[in-house]
Amino acid sequence: MNLRRPTLAPNSKFLAPNKMPFIPHTPDDVTAMLGTIGAASIDALFDEIPPALKSGKLKDVPEGAPEMAVTRLMHERAAADGFWSNFIGAGVYEHHIPAAIWQITTRGEFYSAYTPYQAEASQGTLQLIYEYQTMMTRLTGLDASNASLYDGASALAEAVLMAVRANKGKSRRVLIPKTVHPTYRKVVLTTVKNQGIELVELDYDAVSGTTVLPTEPGEFAGLVIPQPNFFGVLEDVHAMTDWAHAHHAMAIALVNPTSLAVLEAPGNWGQTGADIACGEGQPLGAPMASGGPYFGFMCCRQDFVRQMPGRIVGRTVDLDGKPGFSLTLQAREQHIRRSKATSNICTNQGLVVTAATQYMSLLGPAGLAKVASASHANTVALADKLCAIPGVKRAFTGACFHEVVLQLDDATLNGTSAANVLRALRAQGILGGYDLTATYPELGNAILVCVTETKTVADLDAYASQLARILSSSATR
Amino acid sequence: MLIFDHSRPGRTATAQLPAAGGSLADIPAAFLRRVAPGLPEVSELDVVRHYTRLSQKNFSIDTQFYPLGSCTMKYNPRACNSLAMLPQFLARHPAAPDETGQGFLLSMFELQEMLKDVTGMAGVSMAPMAGAHGEFAGVAMIRAYHDARGDTARREIIVPDAAHGTNPATATMCGYTVKEIPTDANGAVDIEALKAAVGPQTAGLMLTNPSTLGVFEKRIVEILKIVHDAGGLAYYDGANLNAILGYVRPGDMGFDVIHMNLHKTFSTPHGGGGPGAGPVGVATRLLPFMPIPLVLNDNGFYRLATETDVPQSIGRMSANMGNAGVLMRAYIYARLLGREGMHRVAEYATLNANYVMARLREAGFELAYPERRASHEFIVTLKKLKDATGVSAMDFAKRLLDYGYHAPTTYFPLLVPECLLIEPTETESRETLDGFIDAMVKIKHEAETNPDLVKGAPYTLPVRRLDDVKAARELDLAYKPAA
Repeated sequence: MNLRRPTLAPNSKFLAPNKMPFIPHTPDDVTAMLGTIGAASIDALFDEIPPALKSGKLKDVPEGAPEMAVTRLMHERAAADGFWSNFIGAGVYEHHIPAAIWQITTRGEFYSAYTPYQAEASQGTLQLIYEYQTMMTRLTGLDASNASLYDGASALAEAVLMAVRANKGKSRRVLIPKTVHPTYRKVVLTTVKNQGIELVELDYDAVSGTTVLPTEPGEFAGLVIPQPNFFGVLEDVHAMTDWAHAHHAMAIALVNPTSLAVLEAPGNWGQTGADIACGEGQPLGAPMASGGPYFGFMCCRQDFVRQMPGRIVGRTVDLDGKPGFSLTLQAREQHIRRSKATSNICTNQGLVVTAATQYMSLLGPAGLAKVASASHANTVALADKLCAIPGVKRAFTGACFHEVVLQLDDATLNGTSAANVLRALRAQGILGGYDLTATYPELGNAILVCVTETKTVADLDAYASQLARILSSSATR
Repeated sequence: MLIFDHSRPGRTATAQLPAAGGSLADIPAAFLRRVAPGLPEVSELDVVRHYTRLSQKNFSIDTQFYPLGSCTMKYNPRACNSLAMLPQFLARHPAAPDETGQGFLLSMFELQEMLKDVTGMAGVSMAPMAGAHGEFAGVAMIRAYHDARGDTARREIIVPDAAHGTNPATATMCGYTVKEIPTDANGAVDIEALKAAVGPQTAGLMLTNPSTLGVFEKRIVEILKIVHDAGGLAYYDGANLNAILGYVRPGDMGFDVIHMNLHKTFSTPHGGGGPGAGPVGVATRLLPFMPIPLVLNDNGFYRLATETDVPQSIGRMSANMGNAGVLMRAYIYARLLGREGMHRVAEYATLNANYVMARLREAGFELAYPERRASHEFIVTLKKLKDATGVSAMDFAKRLLDYGYHAPTTYFPLLVPECLLIEPTETESRETLDGFIDAMVKIKHEAETNPDLVKGAPYTLPVRRLDDVKAARELDLAYKPAA
């Protein structure tokens, strides 16, 4: 791999820098326009800026390059990154994305439109968001959805803030299990720590891998309920939801949208259902792409709609009584309420939601269930193959969904580590899972392994035979 | 017609699905769903046709001139999209080891360095996923800085009354109270009011420059000195960075922390409301507090910084690396533009804005700040027209849609009555600007001669004006089929 920092120096006269990229003005245009303005030069238009502030030449920005050269550069870099046989999940999942989705999503009319504030000129985006909101309410079994937030972690942070706002009690403490994605917990902390909100962590049972509810009395604004949890283990969501409500806390579901094709909807958890559901939307048609853009989703019961952050689209009628769509409940938002808004957010991840809406439409209820069950069955099949290797076992007894924690025993590792095993797998083109040693040291040498519907039996066999080879060579070293 | 209206029980897009499902026998029945979710059951062609048709109901930069003030709706080069979507880039898992992403990480590192250079800041973190997210990071860093010094009595953020709503909302999210200061008759910060506002309670000032009123704060150096002398830090809201890109650097003005909107200044798509990217830049004293991940260069090996590298960091803002794909598009744009191109952004954005302003003034439109140069945008006020004809800025904006132009920003900033905030951007040609000016003049004439025509607009779009009151009062946020 040769990735020295290239300068893109034009070594061909055909690759000279473009002087006016994306600026259409001819010299005649400039002369005529300055004449209309009554200015001697473009520089004169900046005469209100103190001359001392004018910046010199940019030193770390290279010369511009034509599209042909940049294309070659980016192809080289992409090729250097290559393709891998991926078994990492940990909140981001490699599902097949039908070809139609991004071709339509990147149509200029979706790609280069602004936030739909001018409703009459944005009915495409607005109707699409209304359809998206409908699909999300149906997946989660709740009444209302917003138009999306940044990502799963920030959606959880906003859900925690919302629970504190909406809960009738005075408590500013929120329970968050250690089985919630460790980075999500960090993002929630970054977001809420300056607002006097306390996050109380809940331990998990070392055998089952499920959350242990507190036995001491205490007042809480909310309880976060991950399903499946970060380990892939299914929590007893019914008991947790009922516990939250018995303690006057909001039940905040953190869910994987793919799983909702087959797992019970948060709206049906326990006696009365969860109050808020949120999560990472990436599995619904967004490529993994080194981290984004994805989108966070959030749904809630009707009673709490006015406490929900982010944009919301409603259906209404026009002057002639014809149905149409517009942004609604804007009185919650920063451009109206300013310092008293529910959140400072003014983005939704519109383009990714455009993809997700098509993804859900293309798959439908049966297709999404197939993706979910095929991914799950593949994971179970791989776990069974790997656990047949001496020194490999499942960490938890609890039932899982499409992701599983495997422990490598110390005797077999014989002084090496999970990290080294993953490195050896990588040398064979396999990304074998997410190393849990740093975030959950109590689990020993543990990795979190995920298989989606994209993997074949041959892929699973390749993983199993390579792992068997690596472990047997370390055991006999 | 909604996608649900196309739905027929049992219809699927078979080619898109796994051939078979798998067994769920090991999952206890109590956790399984009893009723399938009501997603549409449609064919692939149904989906393609429905969403293609929906797209055609949108205005967009690719189809219309979009002079939406404060939003920098410039052309989004197509190469930025196609190259950011190369299959290897899309296939990479965010938790994959850094060794498997050197091409990606090198690009991110170079973008980080270019953003530092073009803004004049000592460090840049690309973790925030939107402008408001960048604002949050910036103000959280201001707070972390004061807290680290034990200077905890500073609990107030000063914001001009013309600021974007995100500024006060962000200050609140960071646990601060907001003090608004007024603007003078020429659209500048009221310096006397600022002097009176600062004190030992001042954590910082949030400022957009050029301001939301479309004019440059001429006394910026003096303003920042007042804030710094009081012990506060200065935050630059990069909403209007396109006006000065390559011409003046926020770091040289003396700002301590800034955010950039790559979806404006670096031409990444607005996507119907996102995703954006809101990197933050900091002066030296805020370097220890930057949000992670940053991209580090260890002798030619590029990796993501962690808590260990930045122990005083305000923390993480996303589960992974922000809106990585948006950052890729910005990187490609920056390479296509290069330093010469970057210097030209502010120049031609300003030329276009001043040209449209001059011609509208000539045509009898009233400018909010007639004594001032336009930056990359300017404000027309229709107060007199409204008093004379009853035609409001909203009516005027809706009528522009009939002429095939997206409306300028209306009713923002709130300080100027019946305002249109017009930002043409540098990528529009003189002919396009002339066409827009002609439409403005025609509509003004219509307002003067046949005001009801303008008040009833638009007529040629998929819908006429919508009943927003009904939308808010009789909430219909999700489709429910008639029983």
